[in-house]
Order: sequence, then C-alpha cells, then structure tokens
Amino acid sequence: MSEEKYIPKSKIGQWFDSRLPLLSLMHHLRDYPTPKNLNYWWTFGAILTFCLIAQIITGLVLAMHYVAHADLAFESVEHIMRNVNYGWLIRYFHANGSSMFFLAVYIHIFRALFYGSYKSPREMIWILGMLIYILMMATAFMGYVLPWGQMSFWAATVITNLFSAIPFIGESIVTWLWGGYSVDSPMLTRFYSLHYLLPFLIFALVILHIWALHIPGNNNPVGIDIKQPSKDTVPFSPYIAVKDLYALIIFLIITAGFVFFAPNILSHPDNYIKANPLVTPTHIVPEWYLLPFYAILRAVPSKLGGVIVMFASLFILMFLPWLDTSKVRSAVFKPLSKLFFWVLVIDVVILGYIGANPPEGLYLLIGRVATIYYFLHFILVLPVLGYKEKTIPLPISISDPVLGGQPNISTTRSREDIKEKQHD
Amino acid sequence: MINKLKIFFVILIFLFSSGLKASEKKTPFIDTNWNFKGIFGKFDRGELRRGYQVYSEVCSGCHSISQLSYRNLYEKGGPEFSIENVKQIAASFDVLDGPNSDGEMFTRPGRLPDKFVDPYPNIESAIAANGGAYPPDMSVLAKARKDGPAYIYSLLQGYVEPPKGYELDEGVYYNKYMDGNQIKMPNVLFDDLVEYEDGTKATTEQMAKDVSTFLMWAAEPNLEERHKLGFRVILYLVILALLVYFSMNRLWSRIESKK
Amino acid sequence: MSSSYLILTTIIIFLLIFLYISWIFISNEIENKKETGERRDFLYTASYALGAVGLGAAVWPLVDQMNPDASVKALSTTEVDISNIDVGKSITVLWRGKPVFIRRRTQEEIIESQNTKLTELKDPQKDQDRVKKPEWLVMLGVCTHLGCVPLGGKGDYKGWFCPCHGSHYDKSGRIRKGPAPTNLPIPKYEFVDNNTIKIG
Repeated sequence: MSEEKYIPKSKIGQWFDSRLPLLSLMHHLRDYPTPKNLNYWWTFGAILTFCLIAQIITGLVLAMHYVAHADLAFESVEHIMRNVNYGWLIRYFHANGSSMFFLAVYIHIFRALFYGSYKSPREMIWILGMLIYILMMATAFMGYVLPWGQMSFWAATVITNLFSAIPFIGESIVTWLWGGYSVDSPMLTRFYSLHYLLPFLIFALVILHIWALHIPGNNNPVGIDIKQPSKDTVPFSPYIAVKDLYALIIFLIITAGFVFFAPNILSHPDNYIKANPLVTPTHIVPEWYLLPFYAILRAVPSKLGGVIVMFASLFILMFLPWLDTSKVRSAVFKPLSKLFFWVLVIDVVILGYIGANPPEGLYLLIGRVATIYYFLHFILVLPVLGYKEKTIPLPISISDPVLGGQPNISTTRSREDIKEKQHD
Repeated sequence: MINKLKIFFVILIFLFSSGLKASEKKTPFIDTNWNFKGIFGKFDRGELRRGYQVYSEVCSGCHSISQLSYRNLYEKGGPEFSIENVKQIAASFDVLDGPNSDGEMFTRPGRLPDKFVDPYPNIESAIAANGGAYPPDMSVLAKARKDGPAYIYSLLQGYVEPPKGYELDEGVYYNKYMDGNQIKMPNVLFDDLVEYEDGTKATTEQMAKDVSTFLMWAAEPNLEERHKLGFRVILYLVILALLVYFSMNRLWSRIESKK
Repeated sequence: MSSSYLILTTIIIFLLIFLYISWIFISNEIENKKETGERRDFLYTASYALGAVGLGAAVWPLVDQMNPDASVKALSTTEVDISNIDVGKSITVLWRGKPVFIRRRTQEEIIESQNTKLTELKDPQKDQDRVKKPEWLVMLGVCTHLGCVPLGGKGDYKGWFCPCHGSHYDKSGRIRKGPAPTNLPIPKYEFVDNNTIKIG
C-alpha cells in the first residue's frame, strides 16, 4: 500500500485524525488501488457485506416481535406475518435473504477457487473466509429452528443427535446442548441467543477478512501480481464502488423476485406445521444451501464416520492453499484445472440433489461416488495437476490484453520469472 | 458469456434441486385456474366470501383457524365483508373471557379483535372426537402442503371407492390424493350442501374451489399487497439499474481514454 | 407527538452522516471531472436522487414496524357496559393498558363540581367541559405527575388522592393540591347507547 499519508483539510479534522485515524481510513478506502480488469465475479464481496448488514437489520427488527418459547414461537411468527406493520415483508426478506446470502457466498467461494485467490500471499484471507462460512452455516441452521415448525424441530433433533456419535462423552454433550432430555424450549432460547450473537462475530471476521485483503491487494482475473497504485489500478471510488453498486442492484432484483413473488419456494412446506415431537416428517431435509453436506453425512454408513467425514469436507478446504501446488493462480491459463473446476462444481450440485432425496438405492450410490470424488479433487487432483499441468503463458501486465491480440512469445514470461515474482 | 450462462444454469438447478423429488407415484392434482397465481395474481372477492361460508358451515365444526381474527374478514385484501356484517358474525360466537371481578371465567359474544373461536377446547379433545386423528388447524394449511390450494381442492373431490381387494382400516376412508390413500376425514362436500348467499350454484367442485381460495387467503392475507409492492419495487430497481449502468459506463470511459 | 419529532430528528442526523461520508467518496470524482472537463452530470444527479428515494422507501418499513401493530390497534377501543353502575359508584376498566375511572356522580357532586371557581384551580377547566353527560365522569386514572393510579374517595377534596407524591384531585378529577400539573385526562369516548360507552 504505497499511498501518501492523508492530511485532513480542516483543523478539527486533523485534531481528530491524529488521535483516531478514521478519516485516514475512509480516504484509504476511497482511494484503495484496485485492479482495473476485475470482472463481475469480484462484486460478490460487496454484495455479501450488504447481505450481512441487511440480515442483521431485518433480524434485529424481527427480534422486537418474535417470542422464543416453544409454546409461542410459531404463533409469534404468524403474528409478525399478519399484524406487525410490514412484518410479512421483513420476515420474507430475512428468510429469502438468507438463501441469497448463501448463493452469493458460493459464487464468491467458487470465484476464489477458479482464479486462485486463496494462493499465497492471500492464505489468511481464505482461512478467515472459511471461518466466516462455518459461522454462517451455524447461524443459518439456528435461525431455521426459530420458527419452530416441523422441519425446525426435527432438523434440530437430527443435527444435535449427531454429537452423540462422539465416543464416551457424546450423550452428555447432547444433553448439555439440549438443556434437557429432548429438543424443547430451553434449546430454542439458547439458539435464539446464539443466532443473535453469531452475526456480530461474522462482522468482526469480515473486517479482518477485508483488512487481510488490503495488505496484498485484490487478486484479478489474470492472476498476476500488480503494483499498487499503477496504470493497472483504479481508485476504488468511484469506479469499483459504482460497479459493485450496479451488481448489487441486479442481485436485489433477483432477491425481490423471490421475496415478492415466490417467497416460500426455497423452503419446505412442512415448516408451516407447528413442531410436534410425536410426529416425524417423512423426509427431513435442511435448507438447500446445506444439502451437499447433508449428502456427505449420509453417504457414510456409520454415524460417527458420517460426522467425521462431513466435518472433514469442510476442513479440507482450509488447507487448499497448500494442497494446490500450481505456480499459476488463474484457471484462465490452466485448461485442465479449469475442466476439473467445472467437474467439482457439477459434483457439488449433484451432492446437493442427493441431499434432497432419501439416502437409499441409486441416490445413495451416487452420493457415495460424489463424496469420494469431492475428496479426490482436493487430495489428488489439485496437488498432481499443480506439478504436471502445462499452463498457458501469462501476459506481463494486465493492460496488455487490452492492446488487442494474443500475447506473443516475447511478452510472456517463463515459469522461473513467475516464481520469483510471486515470492516478492 | 457462455461460461456465465453455464454457471447461471448450474446454480439455478442447484437452487431448485430441493424441489425435485423422487418419482413417487403420486396422482397429479386436479388442474384448475387460480386467480391468485402469477405475478399479477389477486383474490376473487366472490370466491373468498363463498369460501368463508363453506369454512364456517362445513369445516369449522372440526377445524380451528386460530391465527385469524374476525376483523380480518373486513380488512383490505380479504373477503372484505362490511364491518357491520363482520360485527354480527363475530357476535354469533361465544368467546371465553375473564376472570371477572368474582374471579370466574365467563363467555361473551365475540368482538372484532377476537381470534376465531376453536371448535374444541384443546387438541386432546379434538383428537378424541375425531377417531384419534387431529383435524389440522387451517390458518396456514394452504402453505403447509406442497401446492396447498390444489391439494386441498383435489382432496375434497378425491373420495372414491377403493380399488378391488384394497384393505381399508376401521374408521378410515379412501382418497385418491391423500398420501398413502388413507384418510380419517370423511367426505364432507355434497352438491347443494350450502346455500350460497350470492346465489352461485353450490356444486362440490364449486365449494372445493371456493374454500381452497379462502384457505389460501387465510394463509397469505397479504398476497395482494405483496404482489402490488413487488411490481413497484422491481420496476424501480430496473430503472435504477439502468441509470447506474449508464453512470458506470460514463465513469469508466475516462479509464479507457486515459491510456 | 414528541416521539415523531424524535424519530424525524434521528433520521435527519443519520441522513447528514450518510451525506458526509458519501461526500468524501464523491469529492474524488469531482476532482477527476475537473481534469477531464466532463459535461454536466445530470446522469449522476438523477442516479443519486433515485437512489436516495429508494433508500428512504426501504427504511420506512423498518421504522413503521415499531408503530402499533394491527392487533394492538384493534384493541384500541373498548366498549363498557355501564348499566350496572349505581349512583355514587365507580368502576375501573382497562383501556390500552391503562386504568379508566367511570363514575356515576351524585347530584351534590355534580353541582359542587360545576360551581367551583376557576381561579381556585391549578389547571382551570369547567366541569361541563370534562363530561358529556354530567352524571357520568370518564377519565384516565393516571396521575399527571409521574403516572401512579390515584385512590378514589380520598384526599382533601374527596375526589381522588395519589399516594405516591400527594396530589389531590376534586370530584371532577381536577388537580387542586400537590405536584401534579394538570387535571386527570379525559379520553376520547362516546355513548353508543344509554347503557354502553365506547372508549377510544
């Protein structure tokens, strides 16, 4: 970050900024040199920040009316939908906003996978991102329990029961989580408390995530290092800010489509039945964004094995910067990696589809194959491909492609040059 | 561009994959035209009023609708009966109130803010009175089943003779559209069962349609407002997107020219 | 009344903060424009204006949801059966969560209240202006000092006496002695018929 120190124009500004450099921070954010070749896949960071703030605001407003007790929760949600001014709008926005939040986070993660944004020196950004993702899933899971519908109750029962798979202490942990001998009001109230808390932890991690990003600066579609600032960068405001805003508006149009015209299409009708401990729904399914993990969980025949493998599928992602041995970041220049990227995408979609169906017959078989392939991708494909793949030569700078034509031999660099550059 | 499209469709499939279920042999529901479907969907006031009549004369003996208040019947977006009419409807029910200054509970005629009175004092008595099955509360029933209104509409007309050799348990009836084909609720709709106040002929199909629409409103009383606001919001966002898009291009043209 | 002003002030303050922050971001662009000599930015102005409108419209539901909801508003009127109240007796009913005193006054109480000199009153108000039918006194049983519920038939003026800080009200519910500044408030009410009062 080779920027000149910012001096506020007014005396008050200088007094304030010398004691708490908020004005300097705002100016850094305004002028932050961003690669000028970023495409729309890079707008999802800003979209995600909006989603987080929107969920927090709609959530805390819902919390003014929701009652977290087993006897009253379901009715309090109906009270919000029917009586609270614009309650239906805020509730549908919060519920569908959660789905859109995950849609955005998956696009954001797959962008990182494709363009190698997790590779050195951005490993911390990636790890923080994974922690944010895990907290998001915990938050969403607990949020889904709050309406106390059939799916809320039974998803809570199934997932908390998983902990009983832990040898020796498993049962005690489950009783401790429940605060009782089954899922009931005590668990609901503690889930409410944690559901309110976790988003603020996520917010803190997001600040760290952005801070870690601003050290090396953004990655870009071509994946080569650039100097900041330079003719390869533009100040964040207004250029990137406007682009993020445009992308956000399109994202909001899609969100509005769900909220206003299909608000229940992504959720399960059984959640409009009040929780009944004596009746289990025919098919217990989580929300769509948790389906791939649900498939992995049920692919393994043993209970403990399923839990371990499911958590492993998450934690293996943490090690991605070290599993991927390629010296080239962006899949634009790695045709084989690009192919396997799409195979992974299809694999995850298949896992999602399997998660929505009962774990038997052909579904179970495909689920097992897809789970094994998922792990193979990270443990086998990526490391091997990193060494073996013949990559397309990289351009020297990101301005070059704009000059037209394919980069010719003289403007490309050898692997050795690239290795030096990346260890700067 | 092709890649963007690929990704878009992959995500779309992902999103809707939870809706795709195994090909369980289910009889498809009876097809009919629903006024409230689609982005310009609205409720037909006549259907809602007739539907209320069916609910009140046929269903309410067993099925509660406890999240509805009597005042909902005159509020905008619903059957929109006159307020005087609704006061009378409410007053025709006995509501439990109290304790009074003697410490006793008492009943009084219903008022507008009261919730709809339940046919049974508690769930256990509802189950006991209906052969061991609980007649579900109807407040959100239309959202609690996949294709709720179509399901209710078909189920009410789906009572037929069981196929030859089919074993039917005691106190259970055969219905084409019920999951598992066995249902504890008997057939309740017969032609001309109700005399509609607006003079419409009360065929079984008509009553099924009207009560299904009524139940859809009961589950989603804000449907019309939601559609109206949604149209305006999306129109606004599209216009804003266009303005921002052109602003963005104008801004970025500086970069191209400054090479 | 004052709560709406408070909300309005808060919104204006937030708007100003928002405008200041956006000015910091925009000022960069204005410098650039001077360099490139760009033409009038009607497009930008229109975008900002439309955006601000949308932001305001989006904020409104978040503010409005704190206003009384439909179920609370439905309970904002209460009908009271007064046919069983004898002369010289009072009842207390709950309306919008607060006590309302309904007293069927005796002739002596009415005459005494009507004849009170206005100069003797801390908050001058004619008895006739406090009742629709002189026999029926309908007022909020909330002391205007700090909100306690006064006790009936007590106090130096044999009206109501508030035990919290010693405010004395007369037979018309007017403040006579003590820290309370104004008379016991009269809510909006009407006689639906001779036996029923609708409050609110």
